[in-house]
Amino acid sequence: MAKVTFNEERCKGCELCVSVCPKQIIHMADRFNSKGYRPAEVIEQDKCIGCAFCARMCPDVVIEVYK
Amino acid sequence: MKQVFGYPESLQNRPNHYCPGCTHGIIHRLVAEAIDELQVREKTIAVAPVGCAVLAYNYFNCDAQQAAHGRAPAVATGIKRALPDRIVFTYQGDGDLASIGMAEIVHAANRGENITVIFVNNAIYGMTGGQMAPTTLPGQKTTTSPYGRDTATTGYPIQVCEMLNTLKAPAFIARVSVHDPKNVMKAKEAIKKAFEYQVNGKGFSLVEVLSTCPTNWGMTPVEALKWLENNMVPVFPLGTFRSLEEVSK
Repeated sequence: MAKVTFNEERCKGCELCVSVCPKQIIHMADRFNSKGYRPAEVIEQDKCIGCAFCARMCPDVVIEVYK
Repeated sequence: MKQVFGYPESLQNRPNHYCPGCTHGIIHRLVAEAIDELQVREKTIAVAPVGCAVLAYNYFNCDAQQAAHGRAPAVATGIKRALPDRIVFTYQGDGDLASIGMAEIVHAANRGENITVIFVNNAIYGMTGGQMAPTTLPGQKTTTSPYGRDTATTGYPIQVCEMLNTLKAPAFIARVSVHDPKNVMKAKEAIKKAFEYQVNGKGFSLVEVLSTCPTNWGMTPVEALKWLENNMVPVFPLGTFRSLEEVSK
């Protein structure tokens, strides 16, 4: 069981996390954060394997990973 | 549940000013993680360059000095010689290090100063608006080479690692990339090793990190990483050029 959390206010919507997720469970949300970017989010949290690829590629240290 | 990945202590907890998808953010984090793991944050001094990373002192959670354009290795030399027990590193882009600062980096390396240089190469001038840099690839379009870099009049990309590797004094020289998670982990190892060399008093260490500039390359961040892998890596081969084992041969 693994969990990722996103600090949505820090997200700039670059989608690097989306491109490296091996389970392809990261999507861009339909809403905007206060900077006007669409933040990344995970809907199917139970499919996360906690590999932290998304967190390693995030230029804005938005993502925290728990295992 | 245990946290397996979080915010490093050596990075100040505030948003950075870099464009979306800019790999400066990744490299800042790698440097911060290396400082955390070696537990030297309290005695580390960063030297910021001129360029996009000029505000690096706002992000690294340690003492910092901002140097004139290209002069970071000279400033770092002064700090290290005055305060030899501190860990001193410079964080420079390719416009800063390979163009106006070429003299400073060559001589700092040649003196074997016990400092660490993080050289971020994205083959273009970022902050000033995407002009051609000494590291721009042949044929690459920039605002000052709109038809692509013409090697007949502007020469070829400068390979800083290969050039510095001709000197006798440097202790550690490596080139890494951050275009996928595997390479990010390798980059982390190289950066940590460079700091270890300094902590152990082994002499000059430099890590060149291939980086992207989605804004000035005119690509999405994901496309930019692919472009880096397909175009920059063949021109700037990855690997360790110098380590202590080879020096002692």
